[in-house]
Parts: sequence; structure tokens; C-alpha cells
Amino acid sequence: MSLDLDDLNTSSMDKDLQDFLVIEQQKAHFQQQIHRLNEICWDKCVTDKPSSKLDSRTEGCLNNCVDRFIDASLAITQRFAQLIQKQSMN
Amino acid sequence: MDGSGGKLTGAQKEELMDTVKQQIAVANAHELLKKMTEKCFNKCVVRPGTSLDNSETKCLNLCVDRFVDAYNITTKSYGTRIQREKGLF
Repeated sequence: MSLDLDDLNTSSMDKDLQDFLVIEQQKAHFQQQIHRLNEICWDKCVTDKPSSKLDSRTEGCLNNCVDRFIDASLAITQRFAQLIQKQSMN
Repeated sequence: MDGSGGKLTGAQKEELMDTVKQQIAVANAHELLKKMTEKCFNKCVVRPGTSLDNSETKCLNLCVDRFVDAYNITTKSYGTRIQREKGLF
């Protein structure tokens, strides 16, 4: 995205604007996640040449993909945190 | 904004917020278009010729529609999941 909300210095800004920007930033972050997820799940689930509609198997796959990706992310983060903790205690 | 660097009026704030929202929406649509173009080109134009033939064009059109379908499913799924996990993210 060419509009980078993360670098804005909001300290001298109106409270209304600050709140507004924080919310828009969160929304933009969600949108980014969705684009990323959609790309990953499209690659996994839409394997044939496109047809006149997504069949139920593909739809199911897409839905599962989103959930399983989040599950996997959580599991990986947890495991990684354990690893880091273990290493720091040695 | 007034040249003296003072605060924005209510109307100016509204306008600024609307402009920001609009720009974000445009950036979002652009991102979708960018990804869609890459995925659909790869799917539909397997061996680039000297022009797009009928089957390639048909495939591209279908692909655009299906990519948006997939995007809507992903959005819905993600939103539902986030609601369920409120507090974790």
C-alpha cells in the first residue's frame, strides 16, 4: 500500500484524528492479512482452471484453509516461544 | 488548514478522514487487482503466444470472478474466526 499509516507521528494530532487513524490502521492490517490468506488459500484450493462458479469442495477447502492457517500460526508461535524460553534458560 | 498551523475545523477533519478512508479503499482494491492479475495470468496464460486467444480470454474472465468469490469467502471466514478468537489477536 502506498499509504503508510504506521510511520505517522500522531503525538501532535487531535485526539479524534488519533483515534480515527488507530482504527484505520487496524482495519488496514486486517485487510493485509486477508490478502495474504487469500493468496495462500487460492494456491492450495483452486487448482483447476476457473469455471462458472466455485464448487462446494473448493469453498470448503477455502474455509478450512483460513481456520487451519490460523491454528497453525498459533501452534507455531507457541512452540517457538517455548524454544526461545528453553534456550534462554541454558 | 489555516496557514498559522492551528487546529482543523470540524468540516476539515471530516474531509481529511473521508480522504484517508477513500485512499485506503483504493489501495485495497489495487492490492486485490495486483494479486488477481498474477494468479490469473499464471493459471490462464500457460504458454504466451503472439496474442491472447479466445480460451485464454475466457479463462481470465472466469478467473477474475472466481478470485473475487474466493476473496469474499476468505474475508467472511477470517472475520468469523476473529470474532471467535476475540482477545487473542
